[in-house]
Order: sequence, then structure tokens, then C-alpha cells
Amino acid sequence: MNEFIGSMDITAKGCNLYYGDFHALKDINIEIPEKQVTALIGPSGCGKSTFLKIFNRMNDLVEGCRMEGEYRIGGVDIFDKETDVNVLRKNVGMVFQKPNPFPMSIYDNIAFAPRTVGITKRSELDEIVERSLRRASIWDEVKDRLRKNALGMSGGQQQRLCIARSLAASPKVLLMDEPTSALDPISTGKIEELMEELKKDLTIVIVTHNMQQATRIADKTAFFLLGELVEYGNTDDIFTSPRDERTERYITGRFG
Amino acid sequence: MRVVFLFSAFFSILALATITMFLFVSGVPFIAKTGFAKFLFGSDWIPLADNPSYGIFPMIVASLYVTALSVIIGIGIGLLTAIALYKFCPKKLVAPIRQMINLLAGIPSVIFGLFGMTIVVPFIRDYVSPTGVGYGILSASLVLGIMILPTIVSVSLDSLNSVSNTYYEGALALGATKEQATFKIMLPAAKSGILAGVVLAVGRAVGETMAVIMVIGGSPERPTSLFQSVRTLTANIAMGAMESSGDTLSALIATGVVLFVFTLILNVSFSLLKIDKRDKADGKKEKRGTKK
Amino acid sequence: MRKLYSALKYVCIACLAISLIALVAVVAYVLINGIGNLSFNLVFGEYKPDAPTLLPALVGTLELVAIAAIIAVPIGIASAIFLVEYTNNKGKFVKIVGIATETLAGIPSIVYGLFGYLIFVVAFGWGYSLLGGAITLAIMILPTIVRSTQESLLSVQGGLREGAYALGTSKVRTIFKIVLPSAAGGIVTAIILAIGRVVSESAVLILTIGMVVNKVPETLMAPGTSLALDIYYFANHGRPDEAAATAVVLLILVMLLNLLAGWIGNLIKKSTYGDAK
Repeated sequence: MNEFIGSMDITAKGCNLYYGDFHALKDINIEIPEKQVTALIGPSGCGKSTFLKIFNRMNDLVEGCRMEGEYRIGGVDIFDKETDVNVLRKNVGMVFQKPNPFPMSIYDNIAFAPRTVGITKRSELDEIVERSLRRASIWDEVKDRLRKNALGMSGGQQQRLCIARSLAASPKVLLMDEPTSALDPISTGKIEELMEELKKDLTIVIVTHNMQQATRIADKTAFFLLGELVEYGNTDDIFTSPRDERTERYITGRFG
Repeated sequence: MRVVFLFSAFFSILALATITMFLFVSGVPFIAKTGFAKFLFGSDWIPLADNPSYGIFPMIVASLYVTALSVIIGIGIGLLTAIALYKFCPKKLVAPIRQMINLLAGIPSVIFGLFGMTIVVPFIRDYVSPTGVGYGILSASLVLGIMILPTIVSVSLDSLNSVSNTYYEGALALGATKEQATFKIMLPAAKSGILAGVVLAVGRAVGETMAVIMVIGGSPERPTSLFQSVRTLTANIAMGAMESSGDTLSALIATGVVLFVFTLILNVSFSLLKIDKRDKADGKKEKRGTKK
Repeated sequence: MRKLYSALKYVCIACLAISLIALVAVVAYVLINGIGNLSFNLVFGEYKPDAPTLLPALVGTLELVAIAAIIAVPIGIASAIFLVEYTNNKGKFVKIVGIATETLAGIPSIVYGLFGYLIFVVAFGWGYSLLGGAITLAIMILPTIVRSTQESLLSVQGGLREGAYALGTSKVRTIFKIVLPSAAGGIVTAIILAIGRVVSESAVLILTIGMVVNKVPETLMAPGTSLALDIYYFANHGRPDEAAATAVVLLILVMLLNLLAGWIGNLIKKSTYGDAK
């Protein structure tokens, strides 16, 4: 079985993806560096979310989805026969657009992933729960109500809980699919600060609709349009001196 | 695990296949032996005679009478009840009445039978029947009519509620009264849902056994009056099975086959009604699509 | 024309009154006639020819409910899981199972009884037995359990499944730890309602368990009776008082089950979803 150890950079070569007859991603090549934040931007339906979901193989669940190309995380081919999809997903966490806490207590939400790998000792779980919640900077808000139902939290808290829930599986990559689009500005700010912290140990890839957000948090930015990767580079370069005319039109707000 | 789930899902198919097989394997040869026409249209049911005769025509006729009459009673009152709850009833009362009716839908049929046997039958015998017999088609239909009321009320009210209220408001805006809007616009619009409810009610009335055998009398005679002891198909199975063996048993199974086929036909028409409804909805969508 | 429709309105209101009166009359009749005849000895006492009791029926009903539930609940839930979680509730197989369950649901109970009689009493040679009756009842309630469980599973938000998979959780664990607990409220309601149907049913039992009202069944293979069947027996054997009293017991039991179904379902929903939902 393939293990994920060592560096956590992400590469995609010759990526093509189809939903039935629809060619959703067209010949994409990209190298995403480890321990940085990379933003995927572009208008709705450009394929950025689809592209993100390749890396924890969530597209496997979609009917009629077919793909070509070579995808590696830390050098490991993620579609290799020797790669267990569940091991991959433990190493590549994901945060969704809509917060999706499980209908159980805050504690049980965080302990879910560790319990999946067979950790049952109380003290050990307690420690993981506290550490994960602290890393998601939500510990102080919830430490007195760990046994309360997670659905009683506010949207912003729920989203940070979901981040903490991913962290409890000790992932090396975190994929975020528009994690703040359903949240208010204050919660959004908190999550952006959090990403700044987390990238010290994690490779973060974030899909965002919000270009200001990309400039605030991302080291690198990739611009997608109609299933193509139009431009990819340092965030500063993309936003100050885009090489492609389409990128310029998009970031200046002329379409999308 | 997947295999366990898959096998469980197969179980329904297996159960249906087994039921069908058991009934047909024992029932159809008997019908063939007796003669198809003689069995279905024969008018004498004398299974215990030296020269037995197995004609279920009287039961078919009785079943049809009871079903038709009870559905007329049930639909007539039930549909109008639903309309009253829909528009002509103080809003505050609707929810509690509905809840009560739903709860009453759970009354076991044997209790309806008991009610019929001790209240309806004597009443009809003493005050209504010209022959002095209380058992019979009228008693059975009244009891069944009351029994299927809750189902009809819920289904009709649901289909009325699912009609867009904009139709109603539109009609009022054109100067229709509240009553006109309800009867001329909303009721026709809810037609297919109500029709599905009718089919459901017919199915229950045809298949009901306990409430019927307690008030129908039970003689295998050809019904000529509403006040006469007769036997429905279901009653024939229940009453016969408690006291029979051999060929008689096969005759009962054959009766079951007839009943089974009848409910299958009802089932198919019920699903066809549902499909028809869905097609219409799809058609609407398409039309809207082309306009755009 | 306007007058006609206004008149119709009053006809409708009259029908509403008739419906309510008719249904309430049934309940009132049972209560008025039955309560006076209820006694501790009637319900729990030992059966004697001159003083019949419901003890054999109580035992029989309990056993029928238990066996039918033990058989139908796991199979029903498992098959709903297959249909919803493994086939996305789409495709030919789902359609065929759908038609089969719908057809099963439409079969009159007396036909189930006939089937149970043919297979258990005759073909298996068990004679009249509680077990045969219970298995027949299990098949009868299976379609309802499958369908309501399907609906409950479909109402679980897709985001929860995605969230679990994204944490590297296997499908089976996702089903048992996330999906089923999230759908538990609806499923439990459906199970209690199905139990209500078992308790109410009598036509199936006439042909399968033998209506032996005077003996507490010693084994599951023994013939027996149930509360609903006792009503029929007493009514047909010149014991209207006992029949009415039994009807009170059955009515209260069934109404309680119906009320309980919604109440417990909501309670579970509240405890899984907190006050948020």
C-alpha cells in the first residue's frame, strides 16, 4: 500500500475530465507547492471545484465521471491500485462550501476520524479533540459545551468545527471548496487568519469566488475558464500584471 | 456488507414471486379443472355436496356491489369533507380535525366489524330493511364507507393542498366567489390526485375481510337485494378456510387468485395514474422551457 | 349559479360533520360498551370456559409483534439501504423492487393469510402456529418499512455523506455511523406504525394461527390468538360484552402506538439534530 510521507506538493499532468459527453476539464497541467496557500479562481462552472475534488477523489462518487491524466501528491500516484482511497482521504482533508457538521455532539464530530482508525482510548481522544479545536481556533468558544449538539452552533463556528474535524485526521493537505461563501465577514476573517496559521504545516488549496480573498490569503493563484487553466503563478503577479488578456478581463470585473 | 443489503433488497421480489407462485400453482389448475367459465360465472357454490359445484359468480357480484356502494358513500362524504376542511372551515380547526382523522384511520378493521355487527346491522334490521334482515350489502357498505373515510379525506386534502394557490387568487381576481373558485377551479385541478385516492379506496374496499364478514351474513347466494345475507370474495376465503379441506381448499385458493388478479389490475391502474400525473407535470415544464 | 355553489358549501360542511360523527361514534361506541366490562381478571386472569380472559391473546399478540418485527425490520432497513445508498435510488433494479413492494403493499390481507396457510400450515406441515402467522405478518409489513426507510434515508442531506467520505470513512461505516443515526427518527416512526398494523391485523391470523382463544401458547409452534382475533371470536360466540371490552384494550393499544410513533420519532430527531431542526 502506498503511504503519504515526506513532502506534500501536488501535481497534475494531462488532466482531462468528462461528465458523460461534457468535457469539463481540458488538458490541465499544474504543480502546487507544499505548505503554501494556492487559490483556484474563475467564474461559476469553470471547473475549479471539479478540479479540487480530484485530489481527494470525491469525483469517484459522481456518476458518469471519467478522467485521464496523472495525479500525484508527495510523489504518490493517487489513482494507483496501491493507493487506498480512504488512506488518501485521511491525508487530504476537505472543507465544503456549506458547513456539514454531523448531527452529533461537538466532541463526537471531532473524534469521528480518529475513531475510524481505531483510536478508542478516552485520554487519547480527549487530547486529539482539544488539539484539533485549538488549531482551528475555536477551542475557547466551545470548550464548555463539547457535549452539546454541533448543529446548535452558528454557521461560522460550524465551518471552523468542520476544519477542526478534518484536522483531527492529521491531514497533510487541506482542500477548501469556497469555505467562506456562506459566512458573514467576521467569520470569514477568522477562517482566513486560521489558514495563515495552518499553512505552516499544511498544503492548502482553496476554491474561491472572492478575488479579494485570493489576494489576501493566497501565495499562488490559478485562473480557470471554461475548463481550461488560463494562467497560474504568484498571486501578486496574477493580480498586478496578468499575462493573459482573459485573466485581466476577469480580475478587473469585466466578466464572470 | 453490500451482498447482505443486496440480498435483503431481493427479498421483496422473492416474497412477491413466492406468493404469486403458491397461489397460481394451486389455484389455476383448479380453475382449469372446473372450467374457467363455470368457475367465474357459475352461480352455485355447494362445495360440501356429493356432487360439488364451485361457482363464485355470486361472490364476484356481491364484492362489486359492496365495493361500489361503499366507495360511493366514502368518496361522496370524504371528498366533500376534504373540501370543507380545505376552504370552508375555521383555520384553527383544520389541523386538530386532520390529526384526529389520521388517528382514526388507525382503528383496526375488526373494531369496525364489531361496531357494524352490534349497531349498524340491528339498526338496519329494525328501521330500514323491508325484509327484516339486517345483514347484507347495505350494512357492509356503510361500515366500509366509514372505514375508508379517513384515507379518502387525507388523500383528497393533500391533492387539493398541492394545487397552486395562485389559481385560486386568479379566480377571485376575476370576480369569482370563494365557492365558485373552489369548485370550478381548484377541484378540477386536483382531479388526478383525487382519482388516485379513489383507486386506493377501491383497493381497500375490495380487499377488506374482517369488517365485511361480521356484517354481510355469509350465505353464498346471488345478491338480489341490499338486505340479504350474501358473501364477498374475501368472505368466501375467510369463511371457507376455517372449515374445509381438499378440493374445497383449492376452490378457496382459486378465489384468492381472482382477488389477487383484481388487486393487481387496481395496482397497475394506480401506478398508471401516478405516471400520467408525472407526465403532465413534465409536459408543463417543457412548454415553459420552449417559451424561454 | 352562485347560489348553487353557496349551497354546496353547506353540503360540504354537513359532510364534515357526518364524517366526524361517524368516526367518533365508532370510538364512543367501543368505549361506552367496553369500559364497563373491563376488569383486571378479564385482561390478565386465567382463562376459564365460563370466564374467558385475554391472557392468551396478550401473549399471542406480543409474540406476533416481536417475531414479525425481528424479521421485517432488519430486512426492510437493509433493503432500503441498498436501494438508496448503493444504487442512488435509480436504475432498473430499484424500479423492479419498487414495483414489487408496491404490489406487495396492495395485496389484500386475506390473500396474505391464504398464502401463509398454504405455505406454513399445509406445505411445511406446521399446522396452525404463531410462528407461521408472524412470518406472514412480517412479509405483509415489509413494504411499508422499506418505503418509509427509503424516504428517511433520502431526506438525509448529501453533505453529511460527503463529509464522512472526505474524512476517509468507508461506505459501511458512513452508513452505520452517519446516515442511519441521522435518519433514525423517521425509521423508528415507521417501525412503530408497522407494529400498529401487526396488532390491528386479524384476517391474516384467521387463516394462520388457528384462533385458539383458551390456551396460552407454550411454544412458538403452538396455535394461538391475538387481541384482534379475540374480538371476532367473542362477537361470533355470543359474548358481546367481552368483545367490547377487548375492543377497548385493542383500541387504546393501537391509538397509543400511533401517538407514540410520532412522539418518539420527534424525540429522536430532536436528540440527533438538537434544537436546530
